[in-house]
Amino acid sequence: MANVGIVIVSHSAKIAEGAADMVRQMVGESVPLAFTGGNSDGGLGTDVGQIMAAIEAAWSEAGVAILVDLGGAETNSEMAVEMLDEARQKRIAICNAPIVEGAVIAATEASGGSPLDIVKQMAEELYP
Amino acid sequence: MDRETKRALIEAASAAIAAHADELTTLDQAIGDGDHGHNMKRGFEAVAADVASLVERPLPDMLKTIGTQLVMKVGGASGPLYGTLFMGLAKEISDNPTSEEACRALEKAIEAVKARGKSETGQKTLLDVLVPVQAAWASHGPKGLGEIAKIAAEKTVPMKAIRGRASFLGDRSIGHMDPGARSSSLLIATLADVLES
Repeated sequence: MANVGIVIVSHSAKIAEGAADMVRQMVGESVPLAFTGGNSDGGLGTDVGQIMAAIEAAWSEAGVAILVDLGGAETNSEMAVEMLDEARQKRIAICNAPIVEGAVIAATEASGGSPLDIVKQMAEELYP
Repeated sequence: MDRETKRALIEAASAAIAAHADELTTLDQAIGDGDHGHNMKRGFEAVAADVASLVERPLPDMLKTIGTQLVMKVGGASGPLYGTLFMGLAKEISDNPTSEEACRALEKAIEAVKARGKSETGQKTLLDVLVPVQAAWASHGPKGLGEIAKIAAEKTVPMKAIRGRASFLGDRSIGHMDPGARSSSLLIATLADVLES
């Protein structure tokens, strides 16, 4: 079975890209990975359409774990998930975890073949 | 609902948001990330640009399309919140609703917004305007809702933010009007004016 994919959603395109770089350094190409940051004007913010595209890009039959930064990133990610097919919705988890550390831990766990619930749990243990 | 009313509602809402964008941004700079005015303006400009096709749709379909536009264009947390409000209305309303039906639809839509924001009244959000306006509408009818919305938005000034970016400020959020409450009161007053005239 494929490894769980990781999606990074930050208000900042630079943070999203930087966190993704750190994930790649850790796990190489062994997990599907996508990131998005910034609003549709290129300013700070998050964009539902871009989040949907990132989920699509990192899609794995094993599911996708999403790491977010501040509130709007979480709310927009929840909205993006609800706008996808119901069959896919069940295989997406938004992690309540710090974005950089959470992405690296989640990806490391995913690279070992762990299922989505374990990937999410490992990331969320960072917020005890 | 006839095309002219739909057009008037959409154009008035968009114009009101554009006229008050700087004010909303200033409020958001005090207790948030300072993008509310700009975000709302972008969202409502996208809706207004689509007005010719929106007015051809039955009311529920029009509201759903507006909600989707707001979700896609507003960004921030207010995009999903306002988007959920309009999509919630769309689910519960007919093409020619009575005042009572529209009021009940708003009640349901507010429940959806609460779920989306994991929030309740008293937390310094748009709910502190939407909920009292809906309650007043249910008990006294649709007259004077704009004024009730304005008073409700003022009442967010002494509140402490519990949800959203402003909650990071804790007690320092006290003394500022919530930007989402202000944009809600502005929209309600504008839409009520059009419907009463």
